[in-house]
Amino acid sequence: MEFRQQTLDNGLEVVAECNPQAYSTAIAFFVKTGARDETPEIAGVSHFLEHMVFKGTATRTAEDVNRTLDEIGSHSNAFTSEEQTVFFATVLPEYQDAAVELLGDIMRPALREHDFDTEKQVILEEIAKYDDQPPFGANEKCMAAHFPQHPLGQSVLGTCDSVTALSADQMRSYFEERYSPQNMALVAAGNVNFDRLVEQASQSCGQWKPFPTQRATPRAQAHSGLEIVQNNAAHQEYVVQIANGPAAEDSNRYAGRLLATILGDDSGSRLFWELVDTGLAEYASVAAYEFQGTGIFMTFLCCAPGDTSRNLERVREIESELESGGVRLEELQQAQNKISAHLILQSERSTNRMFSVGNHWIQRHEYRTVRDIINAYQEVNCDQLAKLIQQYPLSASTTIVVGPHAELAPSRLAIAKNN
Amino acid sequence: MPWLESVAFAMLLPAGVRYDPDNRAGLANMTCEMVQRGCGDRNSRQFVEDLENLGVDRSASVSNAHTSFGGAMPAEKLGMALQIYADLVQRPLLPTEQIEDSRQVCLHEIRAVDDDPAQKAMQELRNRHYGEPYGKATQGTFAAVENISISDVQSHVDATYQPGGAILSVAGKFDWDELRKQVEELFGDWQVRPTSSITKKSGAGGYIHLEHDSSQTHIAIAYPSVPYSDPQYYQARGAVGVLSDGMSSRLFDEVREKRGLCYTVHAHCHSFRDRGSVICYSGTTTERAQETLDVLIGELTRLSEGIRQEELNRLKARIKSALIMQQESSAARSGSIAADWYYLKRVQTLEEIGRIIDDLSCDSINAYLAEHPPADFTIVTLGEKQLEIPLGIPSANAR
Repeated sequence: MEFRQQTLDNGLEVVAECNPQAYSTAIAFFVKTGARDETPEIAGVSHFLEHMVFKGTATRTAEDVNRTLDEIGSHSNAFTSEEQTVFFATVLPEYQDAAVELLGDIMRPALREHDFDTEKQVILEEIAKYDDQPPFGANEKCMAAHFPQHPLGQSVLGTCDSVTALSADQMRSYFEERYSPQNMALVAAGNVNFDRLVEQASQSCGQWKPFPTQRATPRAQAHSGLEIVQNNAAHQEYVVQIANGPAAEDSNRYAGRLLATILGDDSGSRLFWELVDTGLAEYASVAAYEFQGTGIFMTFLCCAPGDTSRNLERVREIESELESGGVRLEELQQAQNKISAHLILQSERSTNRMFSVGNHWIQRHEYRTVRDIINAYQEVNCDQLAKLIQQYPLSASTTIVVGPHAELAPSRLAIAKNN
Repeated sequence: MPWLESVAFAMLLPAGVRYDPDNRAGLANMTCEMVQRGCGDRNSRQFVEDLENLGVDRSASVSNAHTSFGGAMPAEKLGMALQIYADLVQRPLLPTEQIEDSRQVCLHEIRAVDDDPAQKAMQELRNRHYGEPYGKATQGTFAAVENISISDVQSHVDATYQPGGAILSVAGKFDWDELRKQVEELFGDWQVRPTSSITKKSGAGGYIHLEHDSSQTHIAIAYPSVPYSDPQYYQARGAVGVLSDGMSSRLFDEVREKRGLCYTVHAHCHSFRDRGSVICYSGTTTERAQETLDVLIGELTRLSEGIRQEELNRLKARIKSALIMQQESSAARSGSIAADWYYLKRVQTLEEIGRIIDDLSCDSINAYLAEHPPADFTIVTLGEKQLEIPLGIPSANAR
């Protein structure tokens, strides 16, 4: 296992974790652009552009791109988040050159009007699809409520209106502001021939013109509030709650992930035993997400409509128990063991290593082995967690409830007391 | 797989939803929930804590034929994990005081399907296409789950958590002799019981529309095909691959890329021991649903006109790279060897599957398609408006 890194003259960074034993080679372009880099007028452009990248280049049609990806037996896809757009392909080592050539080529898409119009329909279908399925937009609504006047409040998909109104010219301008080689990285993991990778990158990407890019990273304000959104299609109630947490560049992020695991992992956590194992909720979980400049703890809860108030009260009680009593050593160790084993299992696939290497590089310009990451989790102690809980009070949170009713049914507990 | 640091097991018990009595639909699922609430000398919490401390990434699921438990973990933990699962299948505590909690968990699963229109459409499709018991929904019905008692759960464990028809598969880094010895010690005394029987009833087939207040219309289609155990299976699999594997496949290209009709469209082979099907799905907004259905049916029927060499070449490249990449995951491999053992009574090596794929030709697939043209469609749509089934297509509707 060897880490290699080289920067092309135009600023494009090429990074790779080379493992000659691996069966596959995973390759990706990480572009440091996403919903947070959009203005409200062009909401959804990053994600729409991600689709358009597969629609052909000066020398390839959309069909050519899809056909080539399949011809080399690649398992490829792309995704867009608040901060990144990532295009990836995993192939057998003998197809490394072909995969890098193709991915490099599509990073300079033609953005043809006709393709733009057709693909707009697909994006609108994607929005309709998420409208229909749980949690019925609660995640994005909660991000918007928690981050008002902050770029992280912007939705990745955009809205039907913003996508419908978007023009191909607006997309072209956005592309020209964001897809600078200085704002991207070519990342590889698995059975990588690094010298060939750099050679191929120079050929395919060397002529891209560099230009400076900027990203606003204002501090996020702590914000509390509760909003209920009525959705007649929903049978259950879906709750998303956001509190502030450690940012991507904060070394406390490992403690943050451990806290989320102890409090709200899918199994064996405090919320699990209290709410899921008992059947009070379909699910109740917590995840930590880190962004540039700020991070969040996101709590997800789903239960029968009559039970939401009581369950939210229980969540609040569990959070205050954490705030007053901290975590127990055996809970911490269990979370550490679980995360470490998970990291080892994950790392056996080249694709997963590529995502890890790429995320570390694009967020912090650093390389960390699986062992480094495991050690970082193992070094966290109970005191650190106690401090973290004080620094980021989970009780200062924004809550969105989506469900069949316009108001929360009063807690059954409260009814019992009144009677 | 000595190149890995991990090992994974899959344990299939002949305790699938097909054995659920009608008035206890959901029993297998609730039993699966109950057996994970303590076993041997571990209570519910100790069971979870011990497995998590071992670093076992665990799974439990109920399918039509089986209740399955699986775990992937660092290689040295296999022995400990198997001890715990030996207790789970032979000595579950089934704590009476937790039956209501379990019931609530299972009722949530039923409500969750109500909120997921795509899954709802697919369940209706399987039910109409396969009938009983192959089209049964895992989670059962509200009324039936309300009635399940602790003695129902106990009887289900007694009858179906048994070695006759059970499969344990292991893949990854481990020592075979040591494993065999341990499995003999752990499971050697497990009592065999007679296999539960099932009653079969064919499905209604045809077309049905379910009214639903949703942005999209969800379209689900099934038609008969050969099962995994059939010598012609890979011919059928090849044809479906041309339809739906990869971004240059016909459905993705015609429905999404050329016409922008949907975000999701796919088809796959679905198999039982003695029967198989091809199952397709697409979700699309109400006003474009009719066109989507027309194009989908058009592509399915056009398949019988045959596939082209370049389509097959691309498919072979995709399947072969997927086979090689399966060697990166002990969990994926343990799952597929258990499935092989169930369907074929033997395990195909990756080399053997590789050779079968090499031997596929346009001629062999086209000959198969001429003999088995996609027909007898069962169709379910769920959304705001009923659709017109294209005329002149061989539909079960016409019966």
